[in-house]
Amino acid sequence: MSDVHIPISQVTRVSKGASGAKPRFWRSLDELAGSEDIKVWLHREFPEKASEFTDPEGRRQFLQLMGASVALAGLSSACTRQPAEAIVPYAKAPEQFIPGKPVYFATVLSTDGAAQGVLVESHMGRPTKIEGNPDHPGSLGSTDHFAQAEILNLYDPDRSKSVTYRTETQTWAAFVAAIRPVLDAQKALKGEGLRLLTPTVTSPTLAGQIAELLKQYPLAKWHVHDPIARRNAMDGARLAFGRALQPVYEFSEADVIISLDADFLGLGGDKVANARAFSARRSFDTVADREMNRLYMVESSISVTGSNADHRMAVRAAEVEGIARELASAVGLPVEKGALPASAMAKSIVEAMIKDAKVRPTRTLVMVGETQPAFVHALGFAINEKLGSLGTTLILTEPVEANPPSAENSIEALSTDMAAGKVGALFILGGNPVATAVPESGFVSAMKDQTKVALRVHLGLFDDETSELCHWHIPEAHALETWGDARAFDGTLSVQQPLIAPLYDGKSSHELVQSLLGDSTSTSYQIVQAAWKSRIPAAANFDKGWRRIIHDGLVPASAFPAAVAKTTPGAWMQAEPASNQGDLDVAFRLDPNILDGRYANNGWMQELPKPLTKLTWDNAVLVSPKTAKRFSIPEPEGSARGSFVDRVRLEVGGQSVSMPAWIVPGHPDDVVTVHLGGGRKRSGKVGQGVGVDVQSLRTAGSPWVRSGGQVTRDGTRYGMGCTQDHWKMEDASERGLLRTGSYEEFKANPGFAQHPGQPTEMGSLYPAHPYNGNKWGMSIDLSACIGCNACITACQSENNIAVVGKEQIMMGREMQWLRIDRYYEGDSESPAVHHQPVPCMQCENASCEVVCPVAATTHSDEGLNDMVYNRCVGTRYCSNNCAYKVRRFNFFLYSDWDTNSSLTLQKNPDVTVRSRGVMEKCTYCVQRVNEARINSKNEGREIREGEIKTACQQVCPTQAIVFGDLNNAESAVSKKKASPRNYVLLQEINTKPRTSYLASVRNPNPELHPGASEPTEGEAHHG
Amino acid sequence: MASSQISSLGTPVMDPKYAPLPLVAPGHTNDSVTEKIAHMTMEKETPRAWWLTLLVALAMLGGLGTAILGLLFVGIGLWGPNVPVGWGMDIINFVWWIGIGHAGTLISAILLLFKQRWRNSINRFAEAMTLAAVLCALQYPLFHTGRPWLAFYWLLPYPNTMGLWPNFRSPLIWDVFAVSTYGLVSLLFWYVGMIPDLGTLRDRAKNRISKVVYGMLSMGWRNSARHWSNYEKAYLLLAGLSTPLVLSVHSVVSFDFAVSLIPGWHTTIFPPYFVAGAVFAGFAMVLNLAIPLRWLYRLEDVITMRHIENMAKVMLATGLIVNYGYFMELFMAWYSGDFFERYMMKNRVLGPYWWSYAALMLCNVIVPNTLWWKKARTNTIWLFIVSLFVGVGMWLERFVIIVTSLYRDYMPSSWGYYKATQFDWMFFIGTGGLFLTLMLLFVRFLPAVPMSEVKMILPGAEGRVKR
Repeated sequence: MSDVHIPISQVTRVSKGASGAKPRFWRSLDELAGSEDIKVWLHREFPEKASEFTDPEGRRQFLQLMGASVALAGLSSACTRQPAEAIVPYAKAPEQFIPGKPVYFATVLSTDGAAQGVLVESHMGRPTKIEGNPDHPGSLGSTDHFAQAEILNLYDPDRSKSVTYRTETQTWAAFVAAIRPVLDAQKALKGEGLRLLTPTVTSPTLAGQIAELLKQYPLAKWHVHDPIARRNAMDGARLAFGRALQPVYEFSEADVIISLDADFLGLGGDKVANARAFSARRSFDTVADREMNRLYMVESSISVTGSNADHRMAVRAAEVEGIARELASAVGLPVEKGALPASAMAKSIVEAMIKDAKVRPTRTLVMVGETQPAFVHALGFAINEKLGSLGTTLILTEPVEANPPSAENSIEALSTDMAAGKVGALFILGGNPVATAVPESGFVSAMKDQTKVALRVHLGLFDDETSELCHWHIPEAHALETWGDARAFDGTLSVQQPLIAPLYDGKSSHELVQSLLGDSTSTSYQIVQAAWKSRIPAAANFDKGWRRIIHDGLVPASAFPAAVAKTTPGAWMQAEPASNQGDLDVAFRLDPNILDGRYANNGWMQELPKPLTKLTWDNAVLVSPKTAKRFSIPEPEGSARGSFVDRVRLEVGGQSVSMPAWIVPGHPDDVVTVHLGGGRKRSGKVGQGVGVDVQSLRTAGSPWVRSGGQVTRDGTRYGMGCTQDHWKMEDASERGLLRTGSYEEFKANPGFAQHPGQPTEMGSLYPAHPYNGNKWGMSIDLSACIGCNACITACQSENNIAVVGKEQIMMGREMQWLRIDRYYEGDSESPAVHHQPVPCMQCENASCEVVCPVAATTHSDEGLNDMVYNRCVGTRYCSNNCAYKVRRFNFFLYSDWDTNSSLTLQKNPDVTVRSRGVMEKCTYCVQRVNEARINSKNEGREIREGEIKTACQQVCPTQAIVFGDLNNAESAVSKKKASPRNYVLLQEINTKPRTSYLASVRNPNPELHPGASEPTEGEAHHG
Repeated sequence: MASSQISSLGTPVMDPKYAPLPLVAPGHTNDSVTEKIAHMTMEKETPRAWWLTLLVALAMLGGLGTAILGLLFVGIGLWGPNVPVGWGMDIINFVWWIGIGHAGTLISAILLLFKQRWRNSINRFAEAMTLAAVLCALQYPLFHTGRPWLAFYWLLPYPNTMGLWPNFRSPLIWDVFAVSTYGLVSLLFWYVGMIPDLGTLRDRAKNRISKVVYGMLSMGWRNSARHWSNYEKAYLLLAGLSTPLVLSVHSVVSFDFAVSLIPGWHTTIFPPYFVAGAVFAGFAMVLNLAIPLRWLYRLEDVITMRHIENMAKVMLATGLIVNYGYFMELFMAWYSGDFFERYMMKNRVLGPYWWSYAALMLCNVIVPNTLWWKKARTNTIWLFIVSLFVGVGMWLERFVIIVTSLYRDYMPSSWGYYKATQFDWMFFIGTGGLFLTLMLLFVRFLPAVPMSEVKMILPGAEGRVKR
């Protein structure tokens, strides 16, 4: 590899770009499939998938998802390596290995910056489902939706499958040999031109390896780039305390929570723990001795957290800082006043909020979001300190990041070095910086410059935008395929263990760094175990200690101790107040589902309705109703072929993109929000070109907001896939579907949710059916539910629910069994938002059962509404007659039945994969009920309370969902149903649902809104 | 009746001016009736218009074949339904076709029992229409399912190794029984009524094939008194058997909706309202077919203005019942005080599908009420137009009932929209092709007007025939 200067035209693997020429080289037909010719050929070759047969308005994307990828998978395997499979029984079975019985392994996933402990269900050696690890502080038995989606990422057929140099398939050994001369050259230079670029690293082993590397190459540098990294928070801590520290929140101590743009329930490695602790203070059935907490949210965009606020102020970004300054000066900090929102209501909320904080200073928690600049973070720390809440509600610890993000290790610094020709070898250990770095940082242009950086290596799960611009691409082993370790948000250490051998011979960062250290043969296992030798006390037996840690999934009591730190009052506090620039801010936010685009190729994530907009498969310019009026953006127009909106040209700083515009009630005025992660160019078949890439609008200095935006309608219409395609919610309260009241109201009348005059029990000519054994039921606490969507993804994963694609969504054919209904209450400027998960109601008088002509849906003797897929002929009568519309129909063969795509490995073997023409719906995870029944029978006992957890219940970060036996008065679900807040949907139609709800209680400041949140008050707004 | 006089026998003698028009034009004899009608079958050169129409019909039928193949190989997703609107064009068209079939039974059976002799020249034709319409309707319950290859026998009660029966509580199973009984009895009635005429055709047949086929179909009819006696008894018995079916079929079809809990479906008025609507649509279809046929084959003297006007009157009467139904739906939605009923009605009339309700009012209320005027009833062109409106109107009625009830029901979070796809339309047009093809074959090969029965109402025959 002497010719390290390679013309970029050769480095670029497949010229899919402007030239449109057919690539000369390809590694597989898969890759070639990017060309139009092969698409046409495939199209003809598989006439059953030809679009002539299908509705032209219909299934193109569905084909892209299922048809094309599976057809290709079959094709390419014919031409490439096909593993020879022999089915032989074990002559001697491994211990404790019972075919058909899943085994669970504890490990960790670092999906959102910090480790979440998980227990992974494995069937015959293939992981199928991810559950939370109850012992792990970052999980507490639950996970976020990202962790749920990881199992699909593992089996993604688009993952990169081999080491490649330029465009040719290579071997790991060839790679190791090729980098040797470069490293030797660097050694002589003390590593002056050696650079590592990693995403957030919490792994002590990897950090140790890199430290070792930096010891060998003293002038080498380790840069960090990760859009989910907490750069502003760290810089804020540096301002306030002189060093990087991270905040850890103690919600159990916090009575008043003031969030300045902090989406602590929606993003971050601590969100699951936050959600659990936050909602624990919001859900109860009697007026407990402790008070309900109150959340004030100051927000310059929209978020899940904002939708759970008791008071929410939707303001512009600079006004968030203004409110922070207001708060700071109210507690006696010497800061200048800043910009404040103009509305009288916001002003009165700020006043009340300050008053509230001053009443309970030590029980107040002020938190600042990553999208706010470092100064506001620093101010937030100072305010907490001044209030005395530092140490009670806000704990500071050392950051869990081994290399906390800063200006020195940023990608901008790296890009500057690259552009200056100072970088000779760049190793990118995971992530996709070419797609996620702000173009202004210069990284992309430096990568494209063929004269710079002689050796570029990318380790990644996908052959993506970054690998396209690298010489070498090494397929990365998925977290479920390799050993490692990681820290939870509070520093708790865990070992990550693999569930399956790497599907595509992927390598871990550990192995890559180790090869840089001159050892290319050590496995991750050896590397991690060696590193842990020093971590387990010498006195203890290492093997025993190691096994214990792996079994438990964490090292007990390894959380970071609280750091003692005092703010350093200094010049930083005199910073010039930010003011509103221009008359339109553009807020950039991580997508609630695909983050920075890393989940773009994950069908579950793309199809997951976003928490507030309920949009799937797209990003949009989100805009408030008032601002929409200003730019004459029309309301979305619902139709049977999607929700049609106008495209707009969003312009800021001389750059512009064309995107659909979507009106969101409660969005701050004079601000538009765009989500990152859209418009991926090389993401794989699912995510390619979904949404619009907005990176070009961002700046490196202020990546989360940019002022001076302009919006112009460009007149073209665009169809969006929105799963709640209805705009008017006016009569939600008259319908009695969502019941909500204030804490004051609840205290005065705990039964406020019971509608007077509503019949509780309707007579029948027949005696009630006796349920002698178990009688299953579910309770969903709307006070606890935060609308995070984890339950939907968990359900999709557990129950083999198909992904249908945007066109089918637009036709109203989504398949998720569980949906979260979103309600707006109050005016459209600042509405309260409520989330209501709706699974099957499992009615006792089920309207679906009587109308099925072939008895394909019947009642079990435990009261479940069983769905017999084999018997279903698909008349859809049951769905029509379901008042709750929870049934889902396979209009096409949505599930992959025909091929050996790796996705089939993900399927839960306990759940039927449904065929075309069959109705399906929530089963209360009947496979789990049956498993418990079999176990209990084998052991000659009753099914224990709590033994069965439905997938949605198990994953729920706030434990809003409770399932159990209604015949047992002591069961958790029976107790929930005895709550005065208990109600069922549409009681008057006498379907007798087994799923019931606990009415939502909010805690608005009584001074601010005397008599606010009347349960019957609810006005109409579109969403 | 100012101008009526009292005859010497004390019975009123009608002024010829007000006397009913004759059922058969004067001057016809038994022979001339036979000549005229039998000529329409194989005996005469096929009119070019027949060939042209058949060509069109077959092209449409080809569409049906394509649509069915697409459906079987790709899936029901080619059609427009979704959640919440699980039924669309499929059930709309099913109910529409079944409704159209209704006039046949009504004319054959009920009018026979009520001794409405004017039915005699149009009944055969209406019965054939019934059978064709039922065949068209039957395509839908089968092919609208997700898995038609199983649905076609799983909905039938047959002993099987699975030990499974259909769910007898489901209105769809009632449909299976109602429609199959209806189809079977209609077929028998039609065929039995045709036996004497088939005998005539057999006797007149010129070539071997016609002789054999008509010979077999006429079941050895020899025109003997005994044959006539048995025939009359069988015919009357079948008429009695068919009569409840007129009421039952569409009542049962309406149960598909009435038994459910969806606002807009869950309505007790549906059975009579559906039956009246069916007769309404059926007569419209008979007129739509009879008027061109009458012109094409010069049948004005057999299907006289009196037939036409009587049919118009039945249409008006049933139309008024349907109009009453519309009014009662509105009234009861308000009177029930039920939030969901009221919302449904408001949304049906003023919501995004307001146009369907408005068009329904135009087609089924405004236009048919012109038939109060005799001028309108006796103008065949206007009557043809009115019948077209009614046909469209009754289709819209089913659209309104099915779509505008389902698309916004209880939970606003699940609301959606419905729009038919090209496959929906291709299938519908295809069933039209099936209907037309069957009707064309019928008029070409079988006596479209019952010769024997027309002869019974010839002026001279009145004394001879009891019924």
